[in-house]
Amino acid sequence: MSTATAGQDHDEQTEGHGVHSSGHEHPADIFYVKIALTLGLLTALEVSTYFWNFGKVFLPLLLVLMSIKFVLVVLFFMHARFDAKIFGRLFWTGVLLAIVVYIAVLTTFHFWKV
Amino acid sequence: MADLAVQAAPAPVVHHTSTGLSNTKLAMWLFLGSDCLLFGGLISTYMLYRGRVNGGPTGRSVFDIPFTSISSFVLLMSSLTMVLAVTSSARGDMVRARTWLMTTALLGATFVGGQVYEFTAFYRKGVGFTTNLFSGSFYTLTGFHGVHVSVGIIMLLSLYVGSLRGTIGPEKAETVEIIGLYWHFVDVVWIVIFTLVYLLPA
Repeated sequence: MSTATAGQDHDEQTEGHGVHSSGHEHPADIFYVKIALTLGLLTALEVSTYFWNFGKVFLPLLLVLMSIKFVLVVLFFMHARFDAKIFGRLFWTGVLLAIVVYIAVLTTFHFWKV
Repeated sequence: MADLAVQAAPAPVVHHTSTGLSNTKLAMWLFLGSDCLLFGGLISTYMLYRGRVNGGPTGRSVFDIPFTSISSFVLLMSSLTMVLAVTSSARGDMVRARTWLMTTALLGATFVGGQVYEFTAFYRKGVGFTTNLFSGSFYTLTGFHGVHVSVGIIMLLSLYVGSLRGTIGPEKAETVEIIGLYWHFVDVVWIVIFTLVYLLPA
């Protein structure tokens, strides 16, 4: 703990001068294992939609599950949750731009009228 | 809450940057944000053409969902082993970090092997790269993803060798983290591809 404290003190002293530290705190390994198990369960649920008829709920369920998995990996495995906010903002800007641009592209090709 | 307990880390490496952030990590996040646009283009092209089989086999008729599901699970678990490699290197435990790095590379190679097997199976069923618009867009999308995974495997193996040689040590934990970001991105893209390409009917 003293090493982490020393690291934090070092960060506090140097932060105002534009000096960055490459270390940031990590959750315990078991936390990541739980996230991975959650992702596995969500994947199993996704695959089940292929074999069982979920009716009208099928498409929203699939998209929601996909989005939850996407967010879990970005927030926790990619450490966007624990790291400097600018990193996550850069990434989500790219994601949002891609979604908006390609929805526009698909719209010009009358994709939604199929 | 105990799961979120902070583990002690070696003294962090300090860089002098104008933003106070690691330029390398910033560049990687920026690159990944831009790579979303590449895959967005490929995915939307596939979505446009997925029904254009021109009388040939459809995706539903050739896809082996149980096999691809296992492949997807393998890639998902490689994300876990990658993050464990990152935390191990951050803790200064390079032996464990190497183990997890090699495990991640092997899982990634298993995934790529599965893709290659799938492609050959599809080809035998009459779905070639130039067969129709569906097949062309499918192979382009999944092929690009496969190349990304392969590049990731090369980077992981480079880290492993560097760690053995002593050039990648605890002070280079950020390098492992940055390559980890790339690897998780590749996994995240597959999450989208697996859902939209394999599970969504045309």
